[in-house]
Amino acid sequence: MSPISHIGRYFVFMTRVCRQPLKWRIFGNRILDEIEKIGIDSIGIVTIISFFVGAVVCIQTANNLGNPLIPTSTVAYAVRECIILEFSPTIICLVLAGKVGSNISSEIGTMRITEQIDALDIMGVNSANHLVAPKVIAMILSVPVLVIYSIAIGIIGGYVAGEYTGLVPTDAFFEGIHFIFKPYYVAYSLFKSTIFGFIIASIASYCGYYTHGGALEVGKSSTTAVVISSIVVLMFNLIITQLLLS
Amino acid sequence: MIEAINVVKSFGERTILHGIDATFETGKTNLIIGKSGSGKTVLLKSLVGLYDIDSGDIRYDGRSTCNLGMKQKNLMRQEVGMLFQGSALFDSMTVEDNVRFPLDMFTDMTLEERRERANFCLHRVNIINSNKLYPSEISGGMQKRVAIARAIALNPKYLFCDEPNSGLDPVTAAVIDDLISEITKEYGITTIMNTHDMNSVFSIGEKIIFINEGRKAWEGSSDTIVGSDCEPLDEFISTTRNIVTKLK
Repeated sequence: MSPISHIGRYFVFMTRVCRQPLKWRIFGNRILDEIEKIGIDSIGIVTIISFFVGAVVCIQTANNLGNPLIPTSTVAYAVRECIILEFSPTIICLVLAGKVGSNISSEIGTMRITEQIDALDIMGVNSANHLVAPKVIAMILSVPVLVIYSIAIGIIGGYVAGEYTGLVPTDAFFEGIHFIFKPYYVAYSLFKSTIFGFIIASIASYCGYYTHGGALEVGKSSTTAVVISSIVVLMFNLIITQLLLS
Repeated sequence: MIEAINVVKSFGERTILHGIDATFETGKTNLIIGKSGSGKTVLLKSLVGLYDIDSGDIRYDGRSTCNLGMKQKNLMRQEVGMLFQGSALFDSMTVEDNVRFPLDMFTDMTLEERRERANFCLHRVNIINSNKLYPSEISGGMQKRVAIARAIALNPKYLFCDEPNSGLDPVTAAVIDDLISEITKEYGITTIMNTHDMNSVFSIGEKIIFINEGRKAWEGSSDTIVGSDCEPLDEFISTTRNIVTKLK
């Protein structure tokens, strides 16, 4: 199948996903389940990655700003801007594309090859809506929260690294963190992470939903889902940044 | 009654079903038999609506199922139960939740009523004290019985079974056959079962359709299948018998 055909089939698939659910109560419960699987279960990896990247960004920035005319607080300012603008929304979403995207794709792919999706269709349930819509909504709701959390942990990581290496004293760090703070950057960060959440969940679901064959193909779908969603996330990162920050 | 009228189905350049005409009767266990690759699964999946046919028509009690919109198709599907080759139970749900699922989705019954109905269906297929187990925790035969319970939960008019005996030992396979036959009679369902198990053919085959290379080659019952004048069918039966004799 050509890439154009895939894009066309993806949009047709998404129109099926966006139909009205059969039972709102069941749909609501499924969203809560997915929030637990997608959001809450990702807190651990987000914490670890955000803390260490925040710490590394702080140390690298401090080591590269050797000029005595540049105040030490600039390091904290740089850490904040890096984390809010790029690291938390983009890198965390790429990590989630790997963790959550592969999980979604393999789960739906396994359901496809074991005929569970056919069973839903035979019952008269819109399988695309029933399986995929709660995952997409859960991802859209979870990712911005994870990004806010990641920003907080990243800044804490930077503070801890600066403090314990002696590169950025506490006073300088807090001064830098408050320096020319633009709430718009946080809004931009949350907006793009919401878009990325939608991209990851929908592409991973699409790859899983159209799996054919056996266990080998489920693995392939999972890999394809991670690769394609990562590329699309990076493309949209460029487009959104150009549109909102230029 | 389900009718297949001149059903043609192709995948790309390859035509699998070459204009099949067949009638499947109400209250009977209708079997579709044939060698692997003969097109019987494609026919069953076309009958149930999982595949869109290229030409011809499929009618459920006179109602054409082709050219229906998604909404009408979904409404019609609530009258259908299907037993898949691999059971197709939902891994993430318990046995009871699997059986209750169609009731949760399509009825306005209270939780207590839905539980009661699910338990009734589970008892009907002799599944007791396994409500809280997950599909991975029960045997293949039990999974098939749970799948039957799920298929009959909404009192379907039509029951489709895709090789329900595959992967089961002969004793369990016979239990599943008997269960399908009993349920068909009890509820007056139109049952269509796809199989290449000759034990099923002789024990429950009230109406049998033999498919050979995508064409209907023979139609009859278990009483008339031996000694038919259809060469591919005779060959199919004798090959199966030879295997059984060798095994003995």
